[in-house]
Amino acid sequence: MRYVDEFRDPARCAALVAEITKVVTRPWVIMEICGGQTHAILRYGLDRMLPAQIELVHGPGCPVCVTALETIDRAHAIATRPDVIFASFGDMLRVPGSRGDLLGLRARGADVRVVYSPLDALALARANPSRRVVFFGIGFETTAPANAMTLIQARREGLANFAMLVSHVLTPPAIASILQAPGNRVQAFLGPGHVCTITGARAYEALVARYRAPIAIAGFEPVDLLAGVLAVVRQLEAGVACVENTYARTVPRDGNPAARAALAEVFDVVDRPWRGIGTIPKSGYRISEAYRAYDAEHVFEVDAIATPEPTACISGQVLRGLKKPCECPAFGRACTPQTPLGATMVSSEGACAAYFAYGRRNLHPGDAA
Amino acid sequence: MCLAVPGEVIELADRHGLRYARVSFGGVVREVCLEYQPEARVGDFVLVHVGFAIATVDREEAERTFALLAELGADELADDTEEAPS
Repeated sequence: MRYVDEFRDPARCAALVAEITKVVTRPWVIMEICGGQTHAILRYGLDRMLPAQIELVHGPGCPVCVTALETIDRAHAIATRPDVIFASFGDMLRVPGSRGDLLGLRARGADVRVVYSPLDALALARANPSRRVVFFGIGFETTAPANAMTLIQARREGLANFAMLVSHVLTPPAIASILQAPGNRVQAFLGPGHVCTITGARAYEALVARYRAPIAIAGFEPVDLLAGVLAVVRQLEAGVACVENTYARTVPRDGNPAARAALAEVFDVVDRPWRGIGTIPKSGYRISEAYRAYDAEHVFEVDAIATPEPTACISGQVLRGLKKPCECPAFGRACTPQTPLGATMVSSEGACAAYFAYGRRNLHPGDAA
Repeated sequence: MCLAVPGEVIELADRHGLRYARVSFGGVVREVCLEYQPEARVGDFVLVHVGFAIATVDREEAERTFALLAELGADELADDTEEAPS
């Protein structure tokens, strides 16, 4: 496929690895923020191609992983109602809430459907005027505009039987919280390329100025990821810190103003709890007053449901780059994709699921299992 | 979750008053909402996420990346790979 295959070219990857090896003189810890990037790094074995001085740690950019337990419990409370068709991206169905997952609820007779796009959920509302259709609106800045346009369109069409349960999260506050945390090891970041198609690279400029940690906005193919690593290693070695756009073919400097206008119309910025991490100030969206008639939390009065997080799983430390999945005693034993203890093992983008899928069972290649 | 795939716009359309396009992903065609890329035209490559075009691929920037990689010796490595005995 065009603009995909060229960025998986082995010779281009080899040239980048050779250049990184030439430039690096000291150990550096680099975090890729997005779960899709984690998945690509492990799938293509980029972590094993890089010189030993470079350690990649994996960030919190997996929306399924960080969606709070109480949000999943609210989804359950809504999806259980006989008048409701509950529509969601497939990944969310297997995430355990305190009373099981949505897939289990469907097995017990709830009308839970998987959709590819929030607009598919809107089509369900058009086709089922006697039912109430609720879409589970999760995701980062990349996904929020799709949900915003869906709500704008629902209001335009006067679809009173449509609502959205929103739990959107924002990346810059999460990066700030990682950099402020005691014991932080991360020295530079690969920025989430698809988030930046919306926000533009400038959303990270204040962070870099404040914390002096280089960020390279990076794509999701091997060439893109290695180009990002080279950019931050050059900065780290030179002792400078700026936002560098190594994914300029899809990330314009100013992002997507039309998408940001829709976000401003539909959502308000609020404090959000992140599963495994805790509440981060101004780190998410809720539906604004003007669109309250479409806010499922309000319509179904489930906003009072609050659930404390269990402490068994170390996913919070994994999501902040403090631990690797294989450092967890439960990893690959009590906790597998079939029997997940935490969301990082459920989502196909979770770091634990990626380590399991691509055979990273040990910290050092060659260690006995 | 933030998975987004580039595809070629093959036809512009309108659905329920929203700007749409038919987009080909290596031959697989899907309908995509174009409200956030209203300037995209037939032949452009758009980046698609959950049914929405969120960016248009900038060909010149892609070429610039290839040129930078060529400076790092990627083309010579590619020649070596092609000529190497199996």
